[in-house]
Amino acid sequence: MTEPQVKPLEHRIVRSRFSFRDLVAEATSGMLARPGRTVLTVLGTVLGVAALVATLGLAKTAGNQIVTRFDALAATSVSVGNRSEGFFFGPSSRDTSVIPWDAEDRMMRLNGVVSAGTLTRVDTEGQLISSVPINDPMGQSEFAMEVLATSSGLFDAVVGQLSTGRYFDAGHSERGDPVAVLGPGAAARLNITRVDQQPAIFVGDTILVVIGIVDDVAREPSILDSVIIPDGTARRLFGTEAPAEVHILTELGAAQLIGEQAALALAPDETEQLRVSVPREPQAVRSGVESDVNTLFLVLGGVSLLVGAIGIANVTLVSVLERVGEIGLRRAVGAARRHIASQFLVESAAMGFVGGIMGASAGVLTIVAVSANKEWTPVLDLAVPLLAPIAGAVVGLVAGLYPSWRASTLEPVDALRGGT
Amino acid sequence: MSTVVELDGVSRTFPGSPPVEAVKEASLVVEAGDYVAIFGPSGSGKSTLLHILGCLDTATTGSYRLLGQNVGDLSDGLRTSLRGSEVGFVFQAFHLLPYRTVLENVTTGLIYNRTPRRARRRLAIDALERVGLGHRLDFTPRQLSGGERQRVAIARAVAAQPSLLLCDEPTGNLDTRTTSSILDLFDDLLTDGLTLMVITHEQAISQRAERRVEMVDGMLSEERGR
Repeated sequence: MTEPQVKPLEHRIVRSRFSFRDLVAEATSGMLARPGRTVLTVLGTVLGVAALVATLGLAKTAGNQIVTRFDALAATSVSVGNRSEGFFFGPSSRDTSVIPWDAEDRMMRLNGVVSAGTLTRVDTEGQLISSVPINDPMGQSEFAMEVLATSSGLFDAVVGQLSTGRYFDAGHSERGDPVAVLGPGAAARLNITRVDQQPAIFVGDTILVVIGIVDDVAREPSILDSVIIPDGTARRLFGTEAPAEVHILTELGAAQLIGEQAALALAPDETEQLRVSVPREPQAVRSGVESDVNTLFLVLGGVSLLVGAIGIANVTLVSVLERVGEIGLRRAVGAARRHIASQFLVESAAMGFVGGIMGASAGVLTIVAVSANKEWTPVLDLAVPLLAPIAGAVVGLVAGLYPSWRASTLEPVDALRGGT
Repeated sequence: MSTVVELDGVSRTFPGSPPVEAVKEASLVVEAGDYVAIFGPSGSGKSTLLHILGCLDTATTGSYRLLGQNVGDLSDGLRTSLRGSEVGFVFQAFHLLPYRTVLENVTTGLIYNRTPRRARRRLAIDALERVGLGHRLDFTPRQLSGGERQRVAIARAVAAQPSLLLCDEPTGNLDTRTTSSILDLFDDLLTDGLTLMVITHEQAISQRAERRVEMVDGMLSEERGR
């Protein structure tokens, strides 16, 4: 027989082809043909993605919530001290302070200030403090205690509450009246519980009439253990020369502005001597809280996602073994190895994608449910639920790598021997 | 008349100890439009021969030409492409996708061989009508009888209009009456110009073919003078 003239082989044979559209159609219809099985397969991914989305959302929601509460208190607080000394009760305020005695009035003139007051540690030269000088040999009756001088507005600036009596006013300070208000700790040590009989205390030999007892303050807790006297009294009796600090309560949102203005208002020519402390920007606080909460739960979410990936990998592998006959058939009708591999890859990626969508939905529902329960405002970055299906698809893709490789290496002859 | 299959001294040996020579020195020429039955007992190497004929496997020695192409020279990818466009398979086990409809199953035979997307549905429906299942397009294989399932498989095999239709025990899972209706269908397909090779261990089936080739212990011998 004579050799027939044939063109080079490659030019005669129509190369197999599996268009992207066909690939997606085959992969998804295989998945949709058995919805129940698909749901079970992606359950792990659903849980993982749901955990991640819920974590991110709840962290944001909780962060927002914390900031809302934080705002009401800390974000309205501004304090000013002298740069040249320790901020809190530096050793020698009288030498260097540039804060004037009328700091409170100057602050109150600023728009946005709710209340303000000065706070100064009074140097009592180590004198002990006692209540009525009775000689009780059994008990201690003299105590070393902090004496603080404040202007009358300070008490409101630190959001204080009295348990009994009253706080001193500007008149007491102007006259230099020998009056004092006790912090609850100080009152307990001095054994003073009521002020209606005008109990007296002694700072060394100086007598002071107690006119009020503090219940609590929201800021500057050192007040709680101190004896508090008016500025004028401190000047008259103890020679205090200048206030050490100014504490300001601002309206919500005004803290940053007041922080900028305070130093100028207090000491226009010596602003560089003052140190102004304003609350951190709420944004900074929020992200701080988020990162704390997130780290732990993101790890948990990641672990569940990993478990989900293993789930998909497992089921895909099982389904490869189960569908050996189908693989053989597809190879017989012209599917190349890469076509088989890509079909299984896209199938598992599509399952991951579906898992991501379901997980994102479950996560969002969780956030809403928890928020509703706690009466919070649900907050969620829009990108999170949008990216979740993509994350799921990536998980599915990775999970499908090994099974689809296994599928593509099957010999068609062996594959056709099994089958349905 | 053009030659479709040209086997020349084809052997297929499976490695092992001792090595198994499933097909021995097989030589056979099949022209377009032929109806060839290869019959023989189980284990005679029929399926191995079919795999070689269908480009699913390659000969250890000897040459096999399909439509003039020396299949032994082709890469795995080209062999795949060649069988995808030129060979149709019908298996004893049907190999239908159980969760897909009849129409989708037949379309599977058209996905990989560059049949235009728009033409596929028409070709698949035509093929199903030829096998008498035009009214079962949206059924799934589970809802069909064995004979109907094999008809779907045949429709899938012929939808792409292959040059060669290979059937491996096509009636092995079917009862007598269904079997004869499938064989009638083969006769119909032949009148449309198909080249048909049927592998079977049943003498009765092979009686319907024009050419009968017996296979015993891997060796072919054609019955002459019928």
